Amino acid sequence: MTDPAKDTGYQDPPPRMGFFTDTSVCIGCKACEVACKEWNAIPEDGIALTGMSYDNTGGLGASTWRHVAFIEQRRPLAMQDPGVSHDGIDDFRWLMASDVCKHCTHAACLDVCPTGSLFRTEFGTVVVQEDICNGCGYCIPACPYGVIDQRKDDGRAWKCTLCYDRIGDGLEPACAKACPTDSIQYGPLDELRERAAQRVESLHGSGVSEARLYGADPDDGVGGTGAFFLLLDEPEVYGLPPDPVVTTRDLPSMWRHVAVAAAGLLGAAALACVTGRDR
Amino acid sequence: MTGVATGRRRRGEQPMVPEAEFASYYGRPVLNPPVWKAYDIAGYFFLGGLAGASSALAAGAELTGRHRLARNARVGALGAIGLSVAALIHDLGRPARFVNMLRVAKPTSPMSVGSWILAVYGPLAGGAAASAVTGLVPRLGTLAGLGAAVTGPAVAGYTAALICDTAVPAWHEGYREMPFVFVGSAALAAGGLGLLTTPTGETGPARSLAITGACAELTALALMRRRLGMLAEPYRTGKGGRRLRVAQALTVAGLATAALGRRDRVWSALAGGMLLAASAATRFGVFEAGMDSARDPKYTVQPQRDRLSRRSGGVAAEVGEQEVGRVR
Repeated sequence: MTDPAKDTGYQDPPPRMGFFTDTSVCIGCKACEVACKEWNAIPEDGIALTGMSYDNTGGLGASTWRHVAFIEQRRPLAMQDPGVSHDGIDDFRWLMASDVCKHCTHAACLDVCPTGSLFRTEFGTVVVQEDICNGCGYCIPACPYGVIDQRKDDGRAWKCTLCYDRIGDGLEPACAKACPTDSIQYGPLDELRERAAQRVESLHGSGVSEARLYGADPDDGVGGTGAFFLLLDEPEVYGLPPDPVVTTRDLPSMWRHVAVAAAGLLGAAALACVTGRDR
Repeated sequence: MTGVATGRRRRGEQPMVPEAEFASYYGRPVLNPPVWKAYDIAGYFFLGGLAGASSALAAGAELTGRHRLARNARVGALGAIGLSVAALIHDLGRPARFVNMLRVAKPTSPMSVGSWILAVYGPLAGGAAASAVTGLVPRLGTLAGLGAAVTGPAVAGYTAALICDTAVPAWHEGYREMPFVFVGSAALAAGGLGLLTTPTGETGPARSLAITGACAELTALALMRRRLGMLAEPYRTGKGGRRLRVAQALTVAGLATAALGRRDRVWSALAGGMLLAASAATRFGVFEAGMDSARDPKYTVQPQRDRLSRRSGGVAAEVGEQEVGRVR
């Protein structure tokens, strides 16, 4: 497995830590959202009703580092009898999923940060140093998942730290600690991936054929994520990109195109001065 | 049951994949759209391009003995880059911390690279302009002007890498053509400024540069739109599309006016003003198109879905070939 901490230059780092969020056992209680807010002292992020579902949080942002999605579908969940039959409709399932920063192996936010405010920790996670961030906002459109955002009244960019201040002391992150069903599991990433593969197998055995992992593949566009998920539908149903790619993968080619274009501009200016007729 | 209303009644009728072209979470964007302000950032792309290309034009004008054009372009470059830096600092969430931009040098961050380019280019452009206006240390002024001419195109070009190095679909997928759109637009602006500020006796290079720039920009933009497929939509519709249409009209009108009124000071100046406005409109158009593409989940999901299905199609074909090979 690629170890981003080692790639960054840490000598002999601790194992890479991460989250495995098993959405098949999420009950939508939002204890993770609350625990995250409490522990990290995150300000209020808008008290409004979306009117679309029990999700009144909306999505991840500067002051929302865990977000529980609610999706209602007229589809069966394996052999489950939902007991909500009316008008001849008896298929129903409710998908709930707690989203979080993915702590990518190849993190675009970290790559593009011009101040060095975003950095890679010894645990392989990605954290913003708020005393350095100058609020340039580049990390925000760089993130292929829409995780990091700017806090308007504060000007700086904020996101999940994977509770950097807890895990260094051997504590699990607040959201995982508060999760009553162990939908959010914290631990060394290689152990989590093993456990997740077994869980998918057991779900498939129980007839939940649509169970799949998201972010667990080290060969995907971001090199696999430190926080990965077990989903019961396509990623976009949960508001996740189906095939995210770290934007800096194409940066060498971008620089080559810029170099050719800039040289062209210099040449065009020179040519214009040599051949341009004043009258 | 709330929210969902599909009109379907029986399990057997449920399709395996949703009928809609793409699925999303209640139509909410996948990405967090940029928080950059249009006037600051699109304005900077215009001003930075104007400055960089003007420096290149100034050096050429000076070497070919067009001193008024050279001086005006140098002064214009300094003014534009000064406003650029002000706009960039104004856009920061924490303007007081702008010096943190020079805290590290990161080739993976076009903004970091750009900050260093500006840190080199700015003083060179300033020195060249100061020398041109005061007449002091002309040789140093020429050297500074040559330095600004070499670094100026980098200022004009790197901003394309800056916006393309994001997850914003309409920007990222256009990364091959965007640098040519940007330097073309920069050349157009510098030519326009030359025509606006300089008497007709020395405006030949400005007119030529504007024509070359317009050709490069319009060609690159057309190629980009063709390759982008569905992602070209935000460049045709909405705010982005409107601004780009205005830009195109101003470009054509400006070039025509410049050609027909080449012996007339007033017509040339008018043409210069139109070309400057055209360049600004292009930058605002590209900016808004990207914003639109970030706000609508279809632009994120659909191209990624297509990519996945192409890839799985490719894998299936490969497996098929292997099977065939085994049978043989």
